[in-house]
Amino acid sequence: MNPLPFDPSASMTRRQLFGRSAVGIGGAALASLLNGDTVAAEATHQGLEGLPHFEPKAKRVIYMLQNAAPSHVDLFDYKPKIQEWHGTQIPDSVQQGKRFSTMTGGQKERPVLAPITKFAQHGKSGAWVSSFLPNTAKIADDLCFIKSMYTEQVNHAPAITFFLTGGEMPGRPSMGSWLTYGLGSEAENLPGFVVMTSVDKQRSCGQIFYDHYWGSGFLPSKLQGVKFRGSGDPVLYLSNPDGMSRKMRRGILDDLAKLNELKYQEIGDPEIVTRIAQYEMAYKMQASVPDLTDFSNEPKYVLDRYGPDVHTQGSYAWNCLMARRLSERGVRFVQLMHAGWDQHRNLNSQLKIQCEDTDAPSAALVQNLKERGLLDDTLVIWGGEFGRTPFLQGKISDKPRWGRDHHPYGFTIWMAGGGVKAGMSYGATDEFAFSAVEDKVHVHDFQATVLHLLGIDHERLTYRFQGRRFRLTDVHGHVVKPIIA
Amino acid sequence: MLRLATCFCLIASPTFAADVDFDRDIRPILSDKCAHCHGPDANTREADLRLDTREGLFAKRDGIAPVVPHRPKQSELIRRIASTDPDEQMPPGDSKLSLSKKQIALLTAWVESGAEWRGHWAFDPPTKPTPPEVNDKTWPKTDFDRFILEKLESELLKPQPEASKEALIRRVTLDLTGLPPTIAEIDAFLADKSKDAYRKVVERLLKSDSYGERMAWDWLDAARYADTNGYQGDRERTMWPWRDWVIESLNNNMPFDDFTVWQLAGDLLPEATEQQKLATGFCRNHMINGEGGRIAEENRIEYVFDQTETMATVWMGLTMTCSRCHDHKFDPISKKEYFQMFAFFNRTPVNGGGGDPAMAPNMQITPASTKLRIAEMQKKIATANRTISSRRAALTGQQDAWEKQFASKAKWPLWSELAPSSMTSQNGQDLKTLDDGSIFVSGKNPATDTYTIKAPSRIKTITAVKLDGIRHESFTRGGIARSDSGNFVLTGFELQVTRGDKSTSVEIASAKANHEQKGHPIANVLNDNQSNGWAVLKSKWDSDVAGIFYLADPIENADGTQLTITMKHNSPHAAHNVGRFRLSVTDKPAVKLGEKDDAFLAAIGVPRIDRTPAQKKVVAERFQNSDTELRKQNDSLKKLNEQIGNLRKNNPRVMIMQDVANYRKTHMLTRGSYNKLEGEVTTALPSILPKLERADDPNRLDLAQWLVDKKHPLTARVTANRIWQQFFGTGLVKTTEDFGVQGEKPSHPKLLDWLAVEFVESGWDVKAMHRLIVTSATYRQQAAISKDALAKDPANRLLSRGPRFRLPSWMIRDVGLAASGLLVDRVGGPPVQPYQPEGVWAEATFGKKRYKQDTGEKLYRRSLYTFWRRIVGPTMFFDVAKRQTCSVRTGRTNTPLHALTTLNDITFVEIARALAERVLEAEGEPNKQIELAFRLATSRRPKPQEAAILSSRLKMLEKEFKANPEEAAKLLKMGESPTNERLDAAKHAAMTGLCQLILNLDEALSN
Repeated sequence: MNPLPFDPSASMTRRQLFGRSAVGIGGAALASLLNGDTVAAEATHQGLEGLPHFEPKAKRVIYMLQNAAPSHVDLFDYKPKIQEWHGTQIPDSVQQGKRFSTMTGGQKERPVLAPITKFAQHGKSGAWVSSFLPNTAKIADDLCFIKSMYTEQVNHAPAITFFLTGGEMPGRPSMGSWLTYGLGSEAENLPGFVVMTSVDKQRSCGQIFYDHYWGSGFLPSKLQGVKFRGSGDPVLYLSNPDGMSRKMRRGILDDLAKLNELKYQEIGDPEIVTRIAQYEMAYKMQASVPDLTDFSNEPKYVLDRYGPDVHTQGSYAWNCLMARRLSERGVRFVQLMHAGWDQHRNLNSQLKIQCEDTDAPSAALVQNLKERGLLDDTLVIWGGEFGRTPFLQGKISDKPRWGRDHHPYGFTIWMAGGGVKAGMSYGATDEFAFSAVEDKVHVHDFQATVLHLLGIDHERLTYRFQGRRFRLTDVHGHVVKPIIA
Repeated sequence: MLRLATCFCLIASPTFAADVDFDRDIRPILSDKCAHCHGPDANTREADLRLDTREGLFAKRDGIAPVVPHRPKQSELIRRIASTDPDEQMPPGDSKLSLSKKQIALLTAWVESGAEWRGHWAFDPPTKPTPPEVNDKTWPKTDFDRFILEKLESELLKPQPEASKEALIRRVTLDLTGLPPTIAEIDAFLADKSKDAYRKVVERLLKSDSYGERMAWDWLDAARYADTNGYQGDRERTMWPWRDWVIESLNNNMPFDDFTVWQLAGDLLPEATEQQKLATGFCRNHMINGEGGRIAEENRIEYVFDQTETMATVWMGLTMTCSRCHDHKFDPISKKEYFQMFAFFNRTPVNGGGGDPAMAPNMQITPASTKLRIAEMQKKIATANRTISSRRAALTGQQDAWEKQFASKAKWPLWSELAPSSMTSQNGQDLKTLDDGSIFVSGKNPATDTYTIKAPSRIKTITAVKLDGIRHESFTRGGIARSDSGNFVLTGFELQVTRGDKSTSVEIASAKANHEQKGHPIANVLNDNQSNGWAVLKSKWDSDVAGIFYLADPIENADGTQLTITMKHNSPHAAHNVGRFRLSVTDKPAVKLGEKDDAFLAAIGVPRIDRTPAQKKVVAERFQNSDTELRKQNDSLKKLNEQIGNLRKNNPRVMIMQDVANYRKTHMLTRGSYNKLEGEVTTALPSILPKLERADDPNRLDLAQWLVDKKHPLTARVTANRIWQQFFGTGLVKTTEDFGVQGEKPSHPKLLDWLAVEFVESGWDVKAMHRLIVTSATYRQQAAISKDALAKDPANRLLSRGPRFRLPSWMIRDVGLAASGLLVDRVGGPPVQPYQPEGVWAEATFGKKRYKQDTGEKLYRRSLYTFWRRIVGPTMFFDVAKRQTCSVRTGRTNTPLHALTTLNDITFVEIARALAERVLEAEGEPNKQIELAFRLATSRRPKPQEAAILSSRLKMLEKEFKANPEEAAKLLKMGESPTNERLDAAKHAAMTGLCQLILNLDEALSN
């Protein structure tokens, strides 16, 4: 990992703070700070004792969630049979009476729809990637494609919630919250779990980013993802009010700390000490976040690789570069969410644009991490909440309005770095890219694997709530060992 | 976080067998470590062994019993947990559960001491324990203080002395009203040396309107109240009259049993009032999923799940969610029992389709404020009506004289409306004249019909007859006929004139209409073909139609003759008969459609006795308008009626409960899946809890009444515990939402029972409970933490000191608004949209929802009224419930993001600026100004050391702002409230900075 490009004096650990504190803090107070029964105490969450359970392969995660579900049929899951059957009703033996959304649930004609673009094999690994993703194709040997994903949800919001929290209803902690709960944060001046969202330029997609996608559920609310905004201050209320200089704020905070310390001396409530630390941390974030979003020191060739959108705050490209910058500052979990993959009726016009928006930045991020030596211990994940139907939504005669419906029974995601085998394709769907049949990977298996890569036994990272031990993988999940390097 | 937890547990952990308490020490282990495989869920039970029942634990099977009292060595359970053989050891390795050495020791000690066993404490009805004897007889102020003191004494802890008067009035004012005490209130309390000074303060606060506003917040969290549906689309709803009902009920101290019954089943009460129905909005506050592609029944089932589980959590502290899919793993609630509870809510007419934010059943509510306004207006209307009638009476007899002035201008009207002397329908329809003189057809609606209208002619010459087809609201889509489209087909129109006994047919030469349906021109009426005619279909019936029939030759000397008009409807279009019409004749040659005369002059031309009602009205209006007084009154009457109409139209719609007559069947569902039906169930209650009086097909009302039955073991305990949590930060049972076997045991079980019984005996008097708590010695302790207490009672579960914690974020805002004087303290009304950073909604919704910030007073209402969008809640609040599902306990964390909010959110910057302004205006001398600001924020005066720090900071800030006047100007522009320009800008800006400091003191943020 490269040295951090910001002023180390701006960061102060908890221990340093206590050491420096004018009044000092007694052992008892410190003990109370650490006691789980009092309110959440630390400025940076320290994680649980005993974790990681074993030597981790990855220290952090970047999850590029492709909201609304990219078409595995057109992008990764090459099947000659589909070409052959194009326009012909998909056999019942393949469909097996499976449920679809109400958009095609009632559609009687379900002709097979061939991929709308060409496929080729790439790299030494010979991975199949569609011509819509030329940059992804170039880094194929760094990626591990899981081609046999399946899920249980057929609508967007429940399916995304399922991927991120292990349950389809809002209310459980998301993966990033679980990881920061278990492992703590390594970022001194930044939150351990950061979320950024973007949407395709045409805004073709009506999906919404619900904040429970990064909610902490029943875990302490400080563990919820901090959403960096796509406009204005990346963190809400980051900037001082107009007219209030940083110097003035420093002075005010110094006296605030003095007065709070006096109060602490008087009544001994350890919570006051934590508050002093949090105000200090807030002040530091006011410097570290603008530094984080300042790309002026990035070499031109790096910026170019992410594409021209990298200069636009809130774009997918900008978010991808931010993800790298956050990761190298120790942020445990970066969750990028990009909407716009919902090609129900505009496959021919929209999918290509969508790929153009995301292909270069996604590939650039992997490459950029790799050349900075960060890829080894950063797990990168790219994928949607389900796939899309190998059969057509719409009428075969109405080509401009061709589309594909939601498809939970088999689809592809890819991972890179973080202890995952590079240049691998794992699992397979049937001849029609319909159902995962070989080495099937359920969402809970995926989650168990992510936790495993971070050194966590998914069955042992639990939290008791409403009388039950909850975990990310509910009561399921098996680690997909073959993909681990 | 958990590193030192174990050493603190030692306080509560016995080291001697004699101290082992089954509820506290043993059941949690059995439940947590064993029940998953040896508990209530029949489907996952191993070896058919239950360790959650007496039977299971003690019964011998094949000569072996899991537990043999006093004989650990003969007890299979002890043998297995102590075993190191992986095949024998319990819990087994693959369960990933294990017992600590201490737990094994506890279980062994329990068996040694006789293995006392009891049912789960929370399912036994509470009895009122006698408060224990204590050593320090002077400390307790209420009976319940003795429970607290007893425990403190047993832990060798001393309670803290009573808090200072300033600390006390701050704490109790914040707790009861959510607002800080005013300086006058603090001074009055400090000056009041009487013994009951504190009690007087408490009584004043309990009576204030702010009380209900403060208490409402927690209830809104539990009720998952919000101003939108949630999910994609997130449409706005208007449930706020329900929220206002909650505030009002709390202020009126509605007993908690009524509060319960009304909200769960007010609609089912005999002769339910509007308020009782409104109360049931509680059940309808759940999210609504209007996402395209969603299956209606799937949604509906979700809503019923939510209603069932919210009820279970709020009243019974039971987490029923698990039982959706399987028997509860830990609590004795089976899946069947879950769906029996579910059945109570499964009887509404809601079908789950669509995303209507006022999904029926609903009711339009006239909010109190609107009612007041309408009542005021109705008073005015009554006055105006009285004036009008007396003025009219005064004018009687003057109309003839007034009319004379128009004699020279009067005209015979263009059209003379026929007043029928007889009207018949060939096929049995009823024809009658309406008040406006038009003819209205009713009765059966035959396929074909012919109307015959006879009327005298009042004019001398007739050149044409006009037929007006007039719309009526009772017709299809408000059209002109009673057919299925509101359309008619007229196939014949004939005229006869009768003089004496001689009748002659009159030839109609041509006809014109102002509207003709394509292919159905009015000319069709005149041909002999009865299969076609004149029709007038419109996509929207936005105007009447008219047709004129021109006579071939005028009828002369017509006055006094009888006209007979025949209208035929013989087309194949069944039942397309004209529904409402008017017939008129004219003497003008070649009259055109649309030609109109001056209504007034034409009316006045007709002798008064012959005027149609419409003509009479025109003349009367003009006559009345000639009178200034009458005109004024009529105008205001018209305006008032319009205003009332508008107010009523904008009344909010609130979703409420209702049961359909034919109940829907309730099935158990496989894994909670809406389309996987299992056996049918009917409404019933869990067998572990007391029985219903009426066991035969109970409904929601029975359920609600059962919850507040004296014998119910849970409701009073759960509610008393929530009240405790509100005042002390943590409940006596910390897991407020879970009183089941896996929930935390009460820290003071007897105290909880005492409070629960006291609550019921008081008549479920909530204010009495609040009074009891805030007047107790426990509550009145100072908050300082002794070294001893920090070690023995770090989280204050033993109440060795007064409650002290960071205020809820919504209260921090209210406190700031009140301290600065910005608060607009008005109760109730529609939600408001105060400051929020640009683009937060737009970003979450791709621009579909845009935040429209309010201005003026609405920026300064209490936080309770802030618009709550479910998918992206108000940004200024932190650590608040999501308002998506029921929440009875919100976390309290401490993060840098909170600091950024209270330092930089414009809300708080403006508060600081206004507070600065307030103190600069009130006091002349800087130290006095600082003191006032400090008192407003913390309710006490600063100590000299504190004042010195603040005073020197103020000087530094002032110096900096003096040097940078443009920066001062910028800071003073923050917020929309006007800035006092008379104040020195540098001084004002510096004081603003200082107020930010003061308002962010830990003490200002805490109770």
